[in-house]
Amino acid sequence: MLTWGDITSTFPELALVVTALGLLLLETLREPPRDKLVWVGLAGIVVALVLEVGFPVYGQFYSGMIAVGDFSRFLNVIFLVLGGGALLLAVPYLRKTLEERGEYYSLVLFATVGMMFMTKAHDLAITFLGLELLSISLYILVGFYRNRVSSNEAGLKYLLLGAFSTGFFLFGAALIYGSTGSTHYDAISQAILNDTHLSSALTLTGFGLLLIGFSFKVALVPFHMYAPDVYEGAPTSISAFLSTGPKVAGFAALLKLVVVVFAVTTRHWWGAIWVLAALTMTVGNLSALRQDNLKRMLAYSGVAHAGYLAIGILVGSLESAFGIIYYLAVYGATTLAAFGIVAAIEKENEAGLEVTDYRGLARRNPVMAAMFALALLSLAGFPPTAGFFGKFFVFSAAVSEGYIWLVVLAVLNSLVSVYYYLRPVVAMYMETADDESPVVLPATLVPVLVLLVVVALGMGVFPMLLVSNSAVAAGSLF
Amino acid sequence: MDWLQQHLLTGIIFMPTFGAGIILLLPAGRREVIQRVALGSSLVTFLLSYMLFVGFRQDATFQFIELLPWVSAFGMGISYHVGVDGISLLLIMLTTFLTPITILSAFDSIDNRVRGFMVALLVMETGMLGVFASLDLFLFYIFWEAMLIPMYLIIGVWGGQRRLYAAMKFVLFTLFGSLLMLVAILAIYSQGHEQFGYYTTNYLELVTLQIAPGAQAWMFLAFALSFAIKVPLFPFHTWLPDAHVEAPTPGSVILAAVLLKMGGYGFLRYCIPLFPLATARFTPLLVTLAVVGIIYGALLAMVQTDMKKLVAYSSISHLGYVVLGIFALSLQSVTGGVIQMVNHGLSTGALFLLVGFIYQRTHTRQISDYGGLASAMPNLAVVFLIVTLASIGLPGLNGFVGEFLIIVGSYRTQPVGAIIAAIGVILSAVYLLWLVQRVFFGPPGAAVAEVSRAGKPLQDLTRREWAVILPMLALIVIMGVYPQPFLRRIEPAVDHLVQSYHASVTSVPFPAGRNETSLSMEEIQ
Repeated sequence: MLTWGDITSTFPELALVVTALGLLLLETLREPPRDKLVWVGLAGIVVALVLEVGFPVYGQFYSGMIAVGDFSRFLNVIFLVLGGGALLLAVPYLRKTLEERGEYYSLVLFATVGMMFMTKAHDLAITFLGLELLSISLYILVGFYRNRVSSNEAGLKYLLLGAFSTGFFLFGAALIYGSTGSTHYDAISQAILNDTHLSSALTLTGFGLLLIGFSFKVALVPFHMYAPDVYEGAPTSISAFLSTGPKVAGFAALLKLVVVVFAVTTRHWWGAIWVLAALTMTVGNLSALRQDNLKRMLAYSGVAHAGYLAIGILVGSLESAFGIIYYLAVYGATTLAAFGIVAAIEKENEAGLEVTDYRGLARRNPVMAAMFALALLSLAGFPPTAGFFGKFFVFSAAVSEGYIWLVVLAVLNSLVSVYYYLRPVVAMYMETADDESPVVLPATLVPVLVLLVVVALGMGVFPMLLVSNSAVAAGSLF
Repeated sequence: MDWLQQHLLTGIIFMPTFGAGIILLLPAGRREVIQRVALGSSLVTFLLSYMLFVGFRQDATFQFIELLPWVSAFGMGISYHVGVDGISLLLIMLTTFLTPITILSAFDSIDNRVRGFMVALLVMETGMLGVFASLDLFLFYIFWEAMLIPMYLIIGVWGGQRRLYAAMKFVLFTLFGSLLMLVAILAIYSQGHEQFGYYTTNYLELVTLQIAPGAQAWMFLAFALSFAIKVPLFPFHTWLPDAHVEAPTPGSVILAAVLLKMGGYGFLRYCIPLFPLATARFTPLLVTLAVVGIIYGALLAMVQTDMKKLVAYSSISHLGYVVLGIFALSLQSVTGGVIQMVNHGLSTGALFLLVGFIYQRTHTRQISDYGGLASAMPNLAVVFLIVTLASIGLPGLNGFVGEFLIIVGSYRTQPVGAIIAAIGVILSAVYLLWLVQRVFFGPPGAAVAEVSRAGKPLQDLTRREWAVILPMLALIVIMGVYPQPFLRRIEPAVDHLVQSYHASVTSVPFPAGRNETSLSMEEIQ
């Protein structure tokens, strides 16, 4: 039975869906007010944020298919902020390339709704629905530039591999349903606990397949092949969203599954996850070293970060869950801002994306150079930025559980990463450009940069705000 | 007054950052204002730290402690915890004393992007002061790493021709060590959780940990590697000559005078108290490396053709004494090690400044381009000679006190090391005096001749240069003639360190060495 309580528990999502549909309708007008559409989308995000934060709801709804609590709330705030960021970044980019259309904003909102359902889900069916809503919106957004070959190629690649990975997810869910008789998180968890011979092959295999499905979404090596090509070909504002949203949502949903449902099963898979984490950070960082294109470099950097986060998944303790959540919040904000600056510097026709195009930026636009440096230093994990705290929390949880060698490998990887994160800093501050014309900072980028400063620097010096919220979110899972 | 006493240390640490914040608000074009604000805020920092020096009670406890919870979810126990004992007090004084001097010297030597330079220098001062004052492992690590980026920028933006290479090498070397140290910190953190039942990064609590010998060994090595790279100890020194040669003069001064001291300080504050058993085990290794460094640095210094590189290699040699003194682990030798850190900061800092003065006039650092400078610049020649003699360890100047204490102190525990180190003193006299001879005496070299051909005679020390160098000269003499105020503050802390080390390594306590040092101090005079 659908109750009023059920509906209130999904008010934020409903607000976004209504806005997204409204945007589609506005687009059908004879002369759609295209320069105003973004504000409609942002208004939807703000309303959803207010509903999410201002009217907290706790408990299970829709016959237990959705569980709302501190975990989903904190992550949904991250998703909404990322979605809002993707809208803001798009404005100058779409105008520059004369592709401003309402579908873009609408699809970003739909993708955000998908992510929100992935963390609220308490049933594999809902997890799957959220994942698909997110993925399908992103397939279209990646190929949004109909006339660009690179965009088409990226869209097709993402669609094919994404659909493939969805198959793994579904198959895994089916096996788990077969062995436990339910798709509901609590029921599966009960069934696993009651199962006397743990190695129930179906559950084990099913979880392994789910893991592969998620590995595609968050780009763990060897399931990361698509990432650099897709990020490079996608419109840059979408690359920003693609490298943050699905990764954060994927890890959040995986974390919830690992902690709430498959705690025992995960332990059987620890060797595989260990190897995944080790491979992901090493391959990600080493590949990033060789990139000259900023979009590809940030794509591989995202792969590397997925490796660090996988360590947290492997550990699976309360401390590591907290570390992951904190890390995701910081990673989301910094990567979004980094891509935002890349999008602002990019010229029409996909030029201006090489490291050499950043030469002398410190003179041409000191603010943007400083902000980009801040984002990169936070990604590299230099104290006192928040990126360092994220690594510290995840790694310290891993060391407490005895994964010292994995952490040694991780810090050596951070060392490698410093080299490529500093390359743009070198170009911006220590080299001079042939063309010293000033670069304009788009007004819509300002809120994203403010977010960056608040998160990367503010949360580094005064980390308690983010720490306590992440701690509450993590605590609600256990 | 009470309020000031309680927050004095925090005030000292963050005063430079505050100055940097003000500078950031000024328009980049107002160069003179920016320079004055930078100088002013570093002078205020120095005055505050002088209050610290005067108000310091001469015992082994940590004073001026400030403790605030910082990150506390799940009882993580990370706090903002600062305090000083005699060892850190002296190094804080060294930092606050040299920073205004460096800033003043940058008035002349840095003429592009002045605002950025001053901000980087001041932020770095905060980082260095934080390293010396931290009593929390996490906080220490943050400060330790936080000053990497400003130094990186100083070398990379304002450096010489191969600055990009040198800057990147500096960062990667230093980070390699410190990231492994981070793993060891995490391991101590989880050990603390096992033994105390709660997480803490409080240094004063963690020194009471009982860590198993095997675990101590690898943690010690992780910490020691980080500090050895910073000192730098042979064979981890290769970044230093590059960094020094490419860095602008003020950068070299800060690098040599303060940054390298963080390595020695780290050994004293973290390696020895946290891992006494491992210290006992690895002392032979570290002493050997220190002694090899003394000789190796001296031999390489002898064959350098570039003045700055020569001073850089002399640093490697001189810092070998510091490490020898520290790991000889007797009261005199460790006291000597601490004093030697300060001495090296003063004399090598002054040498870099003087080389910078000369370079600014002639734009070459090749020794073979010089000769006969003494007749063109008599004052500079005299100052250079005094600093050189201090660096060699002439009695009556500061270098003697440290070297003497180190060699005498380590002779009892590490006789071979002490003897080789004494040979190193002779070598340092050779390469430094030979440098003076080639640069200041003899027939005028190419660079000197060229300048005089151009019709502009070489100018002797300017008023600003006097202002830069005179305080350093004064301190060199004061510390040489009357080192008591400094020794009195160091000794209790060192005594405590050495005593508790020997207590935890053997059941027989080491004979109290208080009187012996005062004895040896009488011998000095």
